[in-house]
Amino acid sequence: MANIPDDLRYTADHEWVRVTTEKNTVEVGITEYAQGELGDVVFINLPKVGDKFGQQAAFGTIEAVKAVSDLFAPVAGEVVAVNAGLDSDPAVVNREPFGAGWMIRLKMIDAKQLDALLSPAAYRSHIGG
Amino acid sequence: MTDSTTILRTPLYEAHVALGAKMVPFAGYQMPVQYPTGIMAEHQAVRKGLGVFDVSHMGEFEVTGPDRNAFVNRVTCNDVAALPPGGVQYSAILNEEGTFVDDCTVYRFDDKLMIVVNASNTAKAWEHIVAQKGGANVRLKNISDDVGLLAVQGPKAEAAMQPLSDIPLASIGYYRVTTARIAGIDCFVSRTGYTGEDGFELYCRGRDVVPLWEAALKVGAVPIGLGARDSLRLEMGYALYGQEIDATITPLEAGLGWIVRLDKGCTFTGLAALRAQKERGVTRKTVGFKLLGRGLPRHEYPVWLDGRQVDIVRSGGMSPSLNTPIGTTMLPAAAAKIETRFEVECRGERIPAEVVRRPFWTHGSVRKG
Repeated sequence: MANIPDDLRYTADHEWVRVTTEKNTVEVGITEYAQGELGDVVFINLPKVGDKFGQQAAFGTIEAVKAVSDLFAPVAGEVVAVNAGLDSDPAVVNREPFGAGWMIRLKMIDAKQLDALLSPAAYRSHIGG
Repeated sequence: MTDSTTILRTPLYEAHVALGAKMVPFAGYQMPVQYPTGIMAEHQAVRKGLGVFDVSHMGEFEVTGPDRNAFVNRVTCNDVAALPPGGVQYSAILNEEGTFVDDCTVYRFDDKLMIVVNASNTAKAWEHIVAQKGGANVRLKNISDDVGLLAVQGPKAEAAMQPLSDIPLASIGYYRVTTARIAGIDCFVSRTGYTGEDGFELYCRGRDVVPLWEAALKVGAVPIGLGARDSLRLEMGYALYGQEIDATITPLEAGLGWIVRLDKGCTFTGLAALRAQKERGVTRKTVGFKLLGRGLPRHEYPVWLDGRQVDIVRSGGMSPSLNTPIGTTMLPAAAAKIETRFEVECRGERIPAEVVRRPFWTHGSVRKG
């Protein structure tokens, strides 16, 4: 059964969202289930710090050997950090999807958008687990 | 032969599922694209150790009868007369236009020939060959459904497989075939493959393929799916039907002129067209490239040269051995030179690419000659 940490929120597109200690800032990545479906990740195209995205806008792409998928912003906001380590080691998304495989940090425009995201239980049910 | 609406399984289907393989439809069969460790790990297992592939879906035709050599020489473009008994030859089955029906390997035995074709083309190649039989005194038999086929590939292939064999595997030279018992199972064993590593292809009766597979796993072979099969062959620049070669491309354009014997002393299907093309000169050629910018080239992405779309990416992907995005495409002949710069449109963005030599990977353990 896929690991679904209790302290995160989720999207139907298999992103996770972690509320950080920094005010109105969230960290975003893809779930363990998603990396398993994609297979070996070989390339990730991420935005630049300062880029702004609306909720559900594509902020990047993730490419595995046999599949490519867009990455969607779970909430609207401005990119305040990008995980530079993914450039040299994209496979870290396979190994540690909820940790070192994080992708971007977003400064939220509207923290209320978090409420619309899936709870861990709702996400589990979404992936049929 | 087979109803195109049904999906077939090789005798190893249950074994793949039990190993946790991700099964996908491929050429009418349910085949493993990868096992749980993933394509990268499988790729490295073959480059550094030993892998085993279920390729039982491939097609095999047996040709017997007094005219067998002359007949196969007429339906394939390489020279069967230059192939001694016990030899294997890379060749192709061509249309009258000189384009590919399929690429193939031809096995010559004392008393018969065997033509091995791609699973996706078995029905089409069979019809094409049968239609050319005419008055030839040959017996043609499509034995695809009765034959199991495993490829054991990797630098450790000979050492790991030797304890299972009743003959010294070192005695089988590159692109040679012999009969042997492997794990007590009657096989044709050829020193051939599609990976650039040393190794063997083991043809056996369909019912024997499960115990043969289990024996290979027991001596340490790692199961390898179609994903790594593709990345391994791409690193070697080996052609794949539907990508580098198809019914619109000739071997001369595809850089496979070495399998075309225009002067072999007999006619063959496609000869006139290829002779004419050779005299005119080809207008386009297959090249290998590496991507110079950030992106991942994939099959069918547009390829641009001097502001004009000239082709698509034929094959593309991340090279696991080189950790670089690589691919193949066709360029106008004048531009098909090492170091030519062009662009690959990856998801809307044109990324610079450069023509490089093939094979991309030059450190394989395959022992030629």
